[in-house]
Amino acid sequence: MKFIDEFRDKGLVRDLVRRLGHLATGPATIMEVCGTHTMAAARFGLKSLLPSQVNLVSGPGCPVCVTAQEDLDGFLALGKEPGVILASFGDMLRVPGTATSLEKERAAGAMVKVVYSPLDAVDLARQATGKQVVFFGVGFETTMPATAMAVQLAAAEKLPNFSVFCVHKTMPGALRALLAAGEVRVSGLLCPGHVTTIIGASAYDFIPRDFRIPCAVTGFEPLDLLLGIESILHQISQGQARVDNVYPRAVQVQANPRAQALLTEVFAAGDAKWRGLGVIPGSGVAIREKYQQFDARTRYAAALAQVPPPPPSACRCGEVLRGVMRPRECPLFDQACSPAHPLGPCMVSSEGACAAVYRYERG
Amino acid sequence: MCLAIPMRIVEIEGVIGVADVDGVTRKVRLDLLPEVYLGDYVLVHAGLAIARVDAGEAEETLSLLRKLADEVY
Repeated sequence: MKFIDEFRDKGLVRDLVRRLGHLATGPATIMEVCGTHTMAAARFGLKSLLPSQVNLVSGPGCPVCVTAQEDLDGFLALGKEPGVILASFGDMLRVPGTATSLEKERAAGAMVKVVYSPLDAVDLARQATGKQVVFFGVGFETTMPATAMAVQLAAAEKLPNFSVFCVHKTMPGALRALLAAGEVRVSGLLCPGHVTTIIGASAYDFIPRDFRIPCAVTGFEPLDLLLGIESILHQISQGQARVDNVYPRAVQVQANPRAQALLTEVFAAGDAKWRGLGVIPGSGVAIREKYQQFDARTRYAAALAQVPPPPPSACRCGEVLRGVMRPRECPLFDQACSPAHPLGPCMVSSEGACAAVYRYERG
Repeated sequence: MCLAIPMRIVEIEGVIGVADVDGVTRKVRLDLLPEVYLGDYVLVHAGLAIARVDAGEAEETLSLLRKLADEVY
């Protein structure tokens, strides 16, 4: 496939890996911020190819994983409301809420539909007159324009039966909070290529400026990932810290103006609660008042107020998401917690750090 | 979840296009990209084209990769 196969060239991969071996003169911990990077690195076996001094750690960029337990419990509770169809990306289905999961609710007869796009959820609402379709708005900046467009389309058509339970999150604020906490020491960041098509590479300028940490905006094929790591090791060896864009075929320095206009029209910046990171000011969005009839948090405020806060859990996903614990270091890993019986989202999502290690690096 | 795959635009009608990858086609919204033409490759995520794939930049990245590979000490 064009723009994929070229970036998987085995000969070039081998040569790049050898180059990294020469560049890595000391230990380097590189965080792959994005869950799609975590999955790609595991799937292509990159960790085993890298020089021993280079450690890849997973970051907070798996949207399923960072969805707060109370948000998931809230969405699940809406399934009990009369006539409600819950529409969700497939990744969320098996994530355990406090009492149940979307998959279990569906098996028990609740109306749960998997959609590929929020626009498909709008289609579903058009067809399901007499029912209420609630879409679970999970994801980072890559996914937010699609949700914003769904809200706009529903508003334009005055659809009475579509709303969004919005838990979308934004990346730069979370990275700032993570780095400012100082808990995790990283030598460099592989920044999420597809988020950056929307927000532009300049969104990370504060990281080298305020934290002196090299960044590389990176694509998702093996050669893209190796080039991102090469950029970071090179910056380290030169004593530099800047934002390199090694994915210029898709990413520009500036944000996509149309996407930004769409996001600003529908969403207002707000605080968000992240699993593992807590509440981070300015790292989430809320649907603007102008569109509040499409906001499930407004529409179902009374029902949501009845949802009890989740009890403490033995799950250590929070530490894994902050990059301070590796999946294997969790006492539950491959014991009480496995993909067949996941206790936390990092083991459920195909992009979760625990699921990636379990599937590709175990034994 | 931020997976987006390069697909070739094979039909355009206003802001709606049809994109193809290996014979699999799907409808995509082109609202975010003002300049997309038939035959262009775009990254598709959740039904939306989120970026145009720049063939010139792709070639430059591959040239850089070859140069770095040749420089292996």
